[in-house]
Amino acid sequence: MNRFLLPLSIFIVVVVFLGVGLRLNPREIPSPLVGKAAPDFSQPQLYDPANVFSPADLKGKVWLLNFWASWCSGCRTEHPVLMELAKSGEVPIYGMDYKDQRDEAMTWLRRWGNPYPVVGVDDAGRVGINYGVYGVPETYVIDKQGVIRYKQIGPLDPDTVAEKILPLVKQLESQ
Amino acid sequence: MIPEIGHFALILALCVAVVQGILPIYGAAVGNSALMAVAKPAARGQFLLVLTAFCCLGYAFAEKDFSVLYVAATSNSQLPLHYRLAAIWGAHEGSLLLWTFILTVWMFAVTLFSAHLPEATRSRILGVMGLVSVGFLLFMLTVSNPFERLIPAAPDGRDLNPLLQDPGMVIHPPMLYMGYVGFSVAFAFAIAALLGGNLDAAWARWSRPWTTVAWCFLTVGIAMGSGWAYYELGWGGWWFWDPVENASFMPWLAGTALVHSLAVTDKRGGFKVWTVLLAIMAFSLSLLGTFLVRSGVLTSVHAFATDPKRGLFILVFLAIVIGGSLALYAWRAPRVGLGGSFAMLSREGMLLANNVLLVAAMGSVLLGTLYPLFLDALDLGKISVGPPYFDSVFVPLMAPAVFLMGIGPLAQWKKASLPDLAKRLRWAFGVSVVTALALPVVMGNWAPLLSLGLLLAIWIVTTAIVTLRERLAHVNGDTLLERLASVPRSYWGMVVAHCGIAVFIVGVTMVKGFETEKDVRMNVGETATIGDYTFRFDGAQDVVGPNYTAARGIFHVSRDGHETTVLYPEKRRYPVQNQVMTEAAIDPGLLRDLYVSLGEPLDDGAWSVRLYHKPFVDWIWGGCFIMALGGVLAVSDRRYRIAWRRQEPAVPASTRTAGRKVA
Repeated sequence: MNRFLLPLSIFIVVVVFLGVGLRLNPREIPSPLVGKAAPDFSQPQLYDPANVFSPADLKGKVWLLNFWASWCSGCRTEHPVLMELAKSGEVPIYGMDYKDQRDEAMTWLRRWGNPYPVVGVDDAGRVGINYGVYGVPETYVIDKQGVIRYKQIGPLDPDTVAEKILPLVKQLESQ
Repeated sequence: MIPEIGHFALILALCVAVVQGILPIYGAAVGNSALMAVAKPAARGQFLLVLTAFCCLGYAFAEKDFSVLYVAATSNSQLPLHYRLAAIWGAHEGSLLLWTFILTVWMFAVTLFSAHLPEATRSRILGVMGLVSVGFLLFMLTVSNPFERLIPAAPDGRDLNPLLQDPGMVIHPPMLYMGYVGFSVAFAFAIAALLGGNLDAAWARWSRPWTTVAWCFLTVGIAMGSGWAYYELGWGGWWFWDPVENASFMPWLAGTALVHSLAVTDKRGGFKVWTVLLAIMAFSLSLLGTFLVRSGVLTSVHAFATDPKRGLFILVFLAIVIGGSLALYAWRAPRVGLGGSFAMLSREGMLLANNVLLVAAMGSVLLGTLYPLFLDALDLGKISVGPPYFDSVFVPLMAPAVFLMGIGPLAQWKKASLPDLAKRLRWAFGVSVVTALALPVVMGNWAPLLSLGLLLAIWIVTTAIVTLRERLAHVNGDTLLERLASVPRSYWGMVVAHCGIAVFIVGVTMVKGFETEKDVRMNVGETATIGDYTFRFDGAQDVVGPNYTAARGIFHVSRDGHETTVLYPEKRRYPVQNQVMTEAAIDPGLLRDLYVSLGEPLDDGAWSVRLYHKPFVDWIWGGCFIMALGGVLAVSDRRYRIAWRRQEPAVPASTRTAGRKVA
């Protein structure tokens, strides 16, 4: 081959890869926890600190665990989607208030609505560490045996809920 | 109103850029001097228009005009003025405006210092720069308009990312962009030469100072970025092989190769094809860096908020500019022919080897940077390539390059003799080896890499002394001072820049070999010792800054019972974005830095604290500044001053002759 064409050929290959790369999301990292048992915890509940919230209580159910915080702007974006999903009654969403102030969290839920039957409090972020939370919001789909089946990093949007979460929930429920 | 003026100025600038990109190049092709004459006023007009836009955006920031979306997104009413102005380049849209503005600054500079160029060449150069500018202006006006309005206006802005609220932000991006964009001049020279078919020594002589100046800016820009990361990120590292750091480093490597290759083309007429390719490569890598930062294809701390439309636009632009110039290269370069022949053992041969090593290093950085993307695109999994890869590839490539750097300046052009070189260099070699082996033992920590680093650094300095001595023997002058003065500045430039590398290597080696760090919990009144220094923690106070609140720790540092200094590291909370920033406190010194950063508050006023003792760390950046100083010396050489003085033909012929009569 003509050696003067070599730089151009290399460049074309790089451009093709960059083009493909544009459609990929480098932040989408497969969680090593998917397919493993959800780490156990027992955290005080936001509205009832005397009682604890623990995944053991939810054995036999398919449910979502949503890490959020009142200081997180992505959670605000995601919130209407959660409210809609909660209203549809397709799957229960349990909340984990991550590194937050209790009063601020309650004010936030009063203001924007509360999609969660129960909210746990993870003020030190220990549960977040066990679940490998990069940043809030993050949402986990957990099956009847308590195994994590899916992890969403960043806000949920209506498309993800309709195309990924709900079909997965249906499939898990039928098992 | 003012933002609309800025927006309108950008639209006008685009129109001018289109004219500047088409008419002069066409004029040069058909030999129409009226069309060629358009280039200069168009370039100057474009400069003024983009300057206007830039000032309008600056005004919007200064006046806190939160009805401009970009201003509302990147500043806040509490933000001090100098950071509000630096916020112009605090995010994607504005930094693009800075890019374009600097491109027009370089264009304007070309119109000022190009009177000695043939008209066709100058027209082509400005035309090519105009075309590059068209791409950037279109990009801004279509998908990244910094003047977009926000109606109704925001009551207050979302603030500049606290990480960027630092003096480094004021100066680092403009310096870096001056370097990046400065390579566009060498690129335009190369394309102009390919178009005109006149790749000769004169072309190289004209390109040289432009390339060197751009290289100096890039060197300083990268060094400042590295220094900023060192004190801002709070864990004492100075280079992270982050994709965006690599994006600035690759043009530097290509640019360094270009500077040397141009020297051969200028002096010996050789390497023409290679030089052209390097000129295209240096600027292409600058553009690639722009793409990587703004498209979101790679994760990086520097990445701007991403938008696939923008990514696609830059990719298409990249494909046109780089693809087009490489196609032009493939078409025209085969006819250029080779320069004079030379033996492998000659100055040309060593410069060629050096260039190949630099380009190989550049290639391996490129591969490491894009590798995660390649794997992901082929669906082979997600990985990240980190420092272990880069360190293990980089050292073996750079070590021989540095070794050659010592010999190259001593070798004759065309053909050198090995026994002769060995004879001239035996003292330098002996001194380097003995010192490099003995010094770490004396300092009490012998390690192979430590010795290698010192060997290379001492080798550079000793060979520089040998070169200089030989040079002094050949110049006129009675006293040493006179003889020193008659060595040309460009030669001094080379010596100084090479010694800058030596200083840099000493810094890197000593920090790696001798730094000590401690991660400790400290109660109030407790002490910790690191190296010879004792740090006493005297508690943390709350302080209030203009737009943040902070806990400020107090550390009394002493050595042998004498107080050395008091350090005040801070943990700042910026309420607008609710972000916490670590402000390390550093006591810099020629031979060592003491570095303290606060971790997390613990109970009873105790804190987790990170302490570092970093010997010679400032030499890393000092070395870079010395390299840049070398570049400045080279550019200030007499021959360029003469060339520029000869540019008088800019004045009409009649006044010129009149002037001469008076003289």
